[in-house]
Amino acid sequence: MKTVSKLMAAVCLFAGSLAASEGVRADEPIKVGVLHSLSGTMAISETALKDVMEFLISEQNAKGGVLGRKLEAVVVDPASDWPLFAEKARELIEQHEVDVVFGCWTSVSRKSVLPVFEELNGMLFYPVQYEGEESSRNIFYTGAAPNQQAIPAVEYLMSEDGGSVERWVLAGTDYVYPRTTNKILEAFLKAKGVAEEDIMINYTPFGHSDWQTIVSDIKKFASAGKKTAVVSTINGDANVPFYKELGNQGIAAEDIPVVAFSVGEEELAGIDTGPLVGHLAAWNYFMSVEDDHNSAVIAKWHEFIGKDTRVFNDPMEAHYIGFQMWVQAVEKAGTTDIDAVRAAMYGQTAPNLTGGTAVMNVNHHLSKPVLIGEIQDDGQFEVVWETDGVVPGDAWSDFIPESAKLMSDWTEPFSCGNCEKPSS
Amino acid sequence: MVHLTRKGRSGGKILGTAALGAALLFAAAPAAAEPSEADLHAALQALDTKKFKQKAQAIEHLGALGGPRVLEVLGALAKGRLYVREDGRIVIAERAGKQYTIQDAASGRSEPKAGKKELKKIKVNNRLRRLIRGVAGRLALFSDDPGQRLEAADNLIKNPKPQALPLFRQARDRETDDAVRAKLEIGIAVLELEADDPALRLAAATTLAEISDPDIHSLLKRRLQPDIEPDPAVRDALHSAVETIDRKLWLFGIAENLLFGISLGSVLLLAAIGLAITFGVMGVINMAHGEMIMLGAYSTFMVQEIFRSVIPPELFGFYLLAALPVAFLMSAAMGVLIERGVIRFLYGRPLETLLATWGISLILQQLVRSLFGANNREVANPEWISGAVEIAGGVTVTLNRLCIILFCLAVVAALAAFIRYSRFGLNMRAVTQNRSMAASMGIRTGQVDALTFALGSGIAGVAGMALSQISNVSPNLGQNFIVDSFMVVVFGGVGSLWGTIVGAFSLGIVNKFLEPVSGAILGKIVVLIFIILFIQMRPRGLFALKGRAAGD
Repeated sequence: MKTVSKLMAAVCLFAGSLAASEGVRADEPIKVGVLHSLSGTMAISETALKDVMEFLISEQNAKGGVLGRKLEAVVVDPASDWPLFAEKARELIEQHEVDVVFGCWTSVSRKSVLPVFEELNGMLFYPVQYEGEESSRNIFYTGAAPNQQAIPAVEYLMSEDGGSVERWVLAGTDYVYPRTTNKILEAFLKAKGVAEEDIMINYTPFGHSDWQTIVSDIKKFASAGKKTAVVSTINGDANVPFYKELGNQGIAAEDIPVVAFSVGEEELAGIDTGPLVGHLAAWNYFMSVEDDHNSAVIAKWHEFIGKDTRVFNDPMEAHYIGFQMWVQAVEKAGTTDIDAVRAAMYGQTAPNLTGGTAVMNVNHHLSKPVLIGEIQDDGQFEVVWETDGVVPGDAWSDFIPESAKLMSDWTEPFSCGNCEKPSS
Repeated sequence: MVHLTRKGRSGGKILGTAALGAALLFAAAPAAAEPSEADLHAALQALDTKKFKQKAQAIEHLGALGGPRVLEVLGALAKGRLYVREDGRIVIAERAGKQYTIQDAASGRSEPKAGKKELKKIKVNNRLRRLIRGVAGRLALFSDDPGQRLEAADNLIKNPKPQALPLFRQARDRETDDAVRAKLEIGIAVLELEADDPALRLAAATTLAEISDPDIHSLLKRRLQPDIEPDPAVRDALHSAVETIDRKLWLFGIAENLLFGISLGSVLLLAAIGLAITFGVMGVINMAHGEMIMLGAYSTFMVQEIFRSVIPPELFGFYLLAALPVAFLMSAAMGVLIERGVIRFLYGRPLETLLATWGISLILQQLVRSLFGANNREVANPEWISGAVEIAGGVTVTLNRLCIILFCLAVVAALAAFIRYSRFGLNMRAVTQNRSMAASMGIRTGQVDALTFALGSGIAGVAGMALSQISNVSPNLGQNFIVDSFMVVVFGGVGSLWGTIVGAFSLGIVNKFLEPVSGAILGKIVVLIFIILFIQMRPRGLFALKGRAAGD
């Protein structure tokens, strides 16, 4: 009996693979790979992105799919393990033959899958704010580049509204994103005339939990009579004890504001935000923005997930925009062929949830608005400043001498992500 | 592109501040009468604007009106409780369930409740909050409550404005409370450092030499920069004042590091003490120890949720006490399960135990992730352990850490007493010293093993309850502590409770003295290298067991 069923299974499998190799048929679904950690350290942030991809795909299927074909999510779990990301990416492209992948959170995971996508000519949508200094033919960066987050935030704090800050603490977790961002910020601050002794840089390991010394050092650094602010690129779990220590040591936002680039609604969910009111975050999206489009999407999201306490955050909006652009590009190209879709991506627009329109540029980065919000006691942010229009994402920072001369344009005839500008 | 130009200290701003100061001097005079309701109403209405600049003007105007009602309204504004009602009036609203309780801002009369849709919040930013603090501070300087006066004086010292000097003097002359008076004297001295009369400056420098505060220190130092202080006598006084404070701050710095070290040590000790039993006494390499801590933290979270939904809110602060036995029992039960289910088949095979328990730790993590979600869970600090105590000269310890130090000592004392004096403790010691002898004396070694493991796990659970107050409650909680825990136990000496205690505190203190010099990351590396070298010299750790107790 057992052998018979095994044989049957083998036959079915064989038949299945035959059908697949027969070529694309109209009733066959388009496969969308979802490469987000569902276990391990990063599950805290990435699980929500997997959920949002399932939400978007079900929405699109309700509208009739793409090119008359249904979409199908292929979800894999790279388990917060960076080399596993590369293996899972290969599995998605080679084994599951997905037409596009939405995934990754940390920069190190993106760096790990990048060669795979370039080798197999895949397409990845990366939804998280990052340090820039990268532009791959096969990756679309829908999160913020430093000039869409870090630089405007620092400029805001320097302005009169932000408190005319003159002394800066750059605190970060010790890995590629904070180190690159701080390098850019340091160069930017010095270009603005901030003296060396007015900048304090501090790195801590992942998951750092004892912040007493550092918070007390920040307090001492701030007692020099100049208005001081903390620019935090602290990532992941370490944020909760950091903010707890700030709150308990009585550092109010009016005295030493902390502006964070990796803390959103999702991260605040685990903290009592009462003592943190007024600390800032810079993003391209806040859930609290009053906009009809925004509230409509949030309502649908809550209906899909079945829980009206779930938050919607910036990387989720980035997936929302990226997915919409991809759907439009596929429709425009009339095929899911990677090269055709890529060519159709440039100039695609999608409405931001906070108003205005996002545009995909030829350097694979988006033009998006920049918002700065203050933490409220209900765990949401209130926008205190925003750019007039959208800011185009800059793949190569103007503040690092060796990358200032690089540019990225993936359209013909330039078609290069990190070449020097043509002199003409 | 981003349009934001940096505005320096433009003349306009200084003029504005000066005008504000002047206006306040008249306004905040104690004789200022309570403004009429109509005036207040009109002044409040100006807050209904989107522009922060106009709001700032409105706040200044309100400050000029003065009176206790204004103080309350400004407080509400800073807290984000000031709203515009549908009919355009400004009200103070407080959330109560889905509705808001409403109070008219100008008169203070209560009004019928309103829903969220009928209200529009008046937004404030940090700049406005700071402005409110200054304005309210000046008003509060003449409040009837000495606590409020003290806070106001403190706030004014933090942001010294030359225009406030007459206000300070006026307040000092009327002040009856000694503590507030002393604070006001400091404020006056800070401002008189810039007085025209050298005698006043000299007196101010001498007064401030007594204050060991980093803010004052840097203020004095700034006055010492070339071309600021012309008078040589005052310069000398400033010099000696800076030196005095320098010495004090140096001492405080050491005290602070010591305190932080003890605090870190107590966290390490809490995390490691359970391991000291399972690994130290039983010799089981339990990689799932961190997950026992995590289970304790999640038990605390569950107890908190039950308190939130069932128990009246007044008693909420006591949820931690209720969580204590729950956390202990949960982790202890899981410990028994692991010991009976897996570990007892692997005694004497450390490598297999290590791998098996590591697998268990992954299973437990993912189990919690599936049950509670991957996100951090919020475990609130009860009122009574929020905030900090300032010891002196800017040395502050947060209350939650102080509580953990005390709690840790209590746990260790209870455990030591239990092992020393209880019958079970005796059995436990007997089994660890000589298993076969103990067995032939009629001790059921299997049962003792299970209970010892339960005890170690339960204490880890209790540690989880305490750590939920300073760390985040997520499925990864345990991983952050497992390496540190092993480090403490190995360094202190396997099998020795005292070794664990001394090991934890010395590692904590060494870490905290290294951190300011080398940074957090290098500090950790240095400590790790130190331990490796130390173990080379003393393989059995600080307090090695001797004689027959040493086992093999």
